[in-house]
Amino acid sequence: MKVRAQFAFVFNLDKCIGCHTCSVTCKNVWTNRKGVEYAWFNNVESKPGIGYPKQWENQEVWKGGWKLVDGKLELKSGGRASKLLNIFANPEMPQIDDYYEPFTYNYARLQNAPLSEAAPTARPLSQIDGSSMEKITWGPNWEDDLAGEYAKRSKDKNMDNIQKEMYGQFENTFHMYLPRICNHCLNPACVAACPSGSIYKREEDGIVLVDQDKCRGWRMCVSACPYKKVFYNWESGKAEKCIGCYPRVESGMPTVCSESCVGRIRYNGIMLYDADKIDTLASTANEKDLYDAQCKIFLDPNDPAVIAQARKDGISEDWLIAAQKSPIYKMAIDWKIAFPMHPEFRTLPMVWYVPPLSPVQSQIDQGNLPVGPDGAIPLSGTMRLPIQYLANLLCAGNEQPIERALNRLIAMRSYQRSVHVEGVADTRALETAGITEVMAKEMYRYLAIANYEDRFVIPTSHEEERLDDPFGFQGQNGFTFGNDSSRGISKITLFPRRRKDTVEPKELAPSGDR
Amino acid sequence: MNLHTFIFGAYPYIALTVFVLGSWLRFDREQYTWKSDSSQLLSKGNMRLASNLFHVGIIAVFFGHAVGLLTPHHLFLALGVTDMQHQYLAITAGSIFGGMCLVGGAMLWFRRMFNPRISITSRGMDKPILSWLLVTLMLGLSTIPVSIGHAENGNPGVMIALAEWVQSIVYLHPNPALLDSVDGIFRTHLFFGMTVFLLFPFTRLVHVWSVPLGYLGRSYQIVRTKRAVAR
Repeated sequence: MKVRAQFAFVFNLDKCIGCHTCSVTCKNVWTNRKGVEYAWFNNVESKPGIGYPKQWENQEVWKGGWKLVDGKLELKSGGRASKLLNIFANPEMPQIDDYYEPFTYNYARLQNAPLSEAAPTARPLSQIDGSSMEKITWGPNWEDDLAGEYAKRSKDKNMDNIQKEMYGQFENTFHMYLPRICNHCLNPACVAACPSGSIYKREEDGIVLVDQDKCRGWRMCVSACPYKKVFYNWESGKAEKCIGCYPRVESGMPTVCSESCVGRIRYNGIMLYDADKIDTLASTANEKDLYDAQCKIFLDPNDPAVIAQARKDGISEDWLIAAQKSPIYKMAIDWKIAFPMHPEFRTLPMVWYVPPLSPVQSQIDQGNLPVGPDGAIPLSGTMRLPIQYLANLLCAGNEQPIERALNRLIAMRSYQRSVHVEGVADTRALETAGITEVMAKEMYRYLAIANYEDRFVIPTSHEEERLDDPFGFQGQNGFTFGNDSSRGISKITLFPRRRKDTVEPKELAPSGDR
Repeated sequence: MNLHTFIFGAYPYIALTVFVLGSWLRFDREQYTWKSDSSQLLSKGNMRLASNLFHVGIIAVFFGHAVGLLTPHHLFLALGVTDMQHQYLAITAGSIFGGMCLVGGAMLWFRRMFNPRISITSRGMDKPILSWLLVTLMLGLSTIPVSIGHAENGNPGVMIALAEWVQSIVYLHPNPALLDSVDGIFRTHLFFGMTVFLLFPFTRLVHVWSVPLGYLGRSYQIVRTKRAVAR
């Protein structure tokens, strides 16, 4: 057993209203620069839809993630030798138009135009070459709120094994939002595909980062990530990706997308896992077992054996306490209501999702769904949002765990309704769904109330152990040139080293009491 | 020192010094600029054909030059390679790989010049260095008819003189006089070729140094720590 801590996320899709505040705050903080205008470390997709970039989930097209070759894990696009043979032109590399051509508008024209009969217009301009664009035909969120033709949207890979025609009819339409960031996987394919070894996972918190100095722009990570969450900065020629807002997280703050979420759907916390099991569990033969397999990699933070080993592996006490209070652990393991997205990619992603209930709930309220004897839980297969769709998205097609989770969410609501409306605790639904009253109350607290301190349990990093002068480092943590986010790697230099290890405060403020 | 002596006696050392020191300094101080600078994201069409032809061609041409020019003459003879075999091998391999490189390079050149996205996003040295490489390559290819002429006359003298001159540079006994009897086209090609080394550190060519052969023996996953690791 080798205990490692992972900074992990849960997104409660049931409460996502698709407002894109997460995307906008993220963009304003991290990617409002030339070369990454098209890159959204955080984006929110309307589902069903083909997403951003187009068809990202279809690995027949992009060859992202892992496959099993004779029971062993191999990159889906081919091993090391094939990476080097394809280095001159990566055949699976998306073109920027697969995301969208970044554009702005000729706003100056509105003020500079000569006097004319018709009001002047601001034509769209390409942000790549500055040319005028005839018509914008695709954007970062083109399918927002089910925009566009169903025929195109239903090319969504999650619609496999679903009778598409039926859901094209207006009465049967279903819709959900899917916010996406880098999954900071336990078995990241981007790291594995990087020929120069510039992408790495941090031992302390599992955040996956690109060493900007060491990246050579071989672009294998872009195609290897099955979630298409590594982006090529066409201005700097380097790969960039979601950095898990590590400068914030190190200070105990949630990521900016999580903090700004108005629906309070995002949870940040610590998960302990056994690094020795990554390979075995990620190579589970049957795709449908991958969700269960990933659950097995996590360690119980209250188990004395785990705690003892964690201490040996250098995990500090405050991190252990955070792991014990982790909202992620409660939702993923205790209550089994959160799921990794597309476990069949075999990267062991660490952003988990609570499946959405809203369309189901409204059907129940309208009495459209036949319910079981408890009077609350609809019979399986009658819900509006096809369970198969959610299962394809979150469980490699395995419907049973999704159905269990939905039933638990419904039962929790039914129980709370009985308490608050009828004044009598009716636990029949809970019993059917296999949860206790205590659990239901806790679920209500975490999911419905979602207090800040329950959503975000983030221990600070221990810079004081790394830096001679941690106070001198104050305010200096962030996206910098060079690589400050792990120990540097290049030791040979012509010149005196830049002082990365000890950061000297320039001028000390005079002390107040003198 | 006349121009001939300068170009074939001193210029090679200037070019090599700038090549090595310039690369080292840039790697050391400006590693953020050290990259292949791929533009595949902006325009993918034809890249698979063009880029592979160009790269395979130029790598083969480079190693062809290295082996052909740096191997001592007596070693070729000891290996049983006669001068005429050597010359015909050089002509054949040079034509094939040089041709590949030219086709791919021309495709890349047209893309860089006339594809609006690629043209506008090119850095200052991108167009000059690609054009320079192509001129060097075309000069090299146009030495082939001259070489064939030599070969048909059974005269490997020029080839041997070129190799001995290169080796004289390497052994730090520069002997520009060896090139006195060599056709002008070879000398022009030499000047252009040496200048590629001179320009190298200031262009995207530096990515050549970073050919990631280490990847073949590396474990897939990389974990780094912020903690001070015992060294």
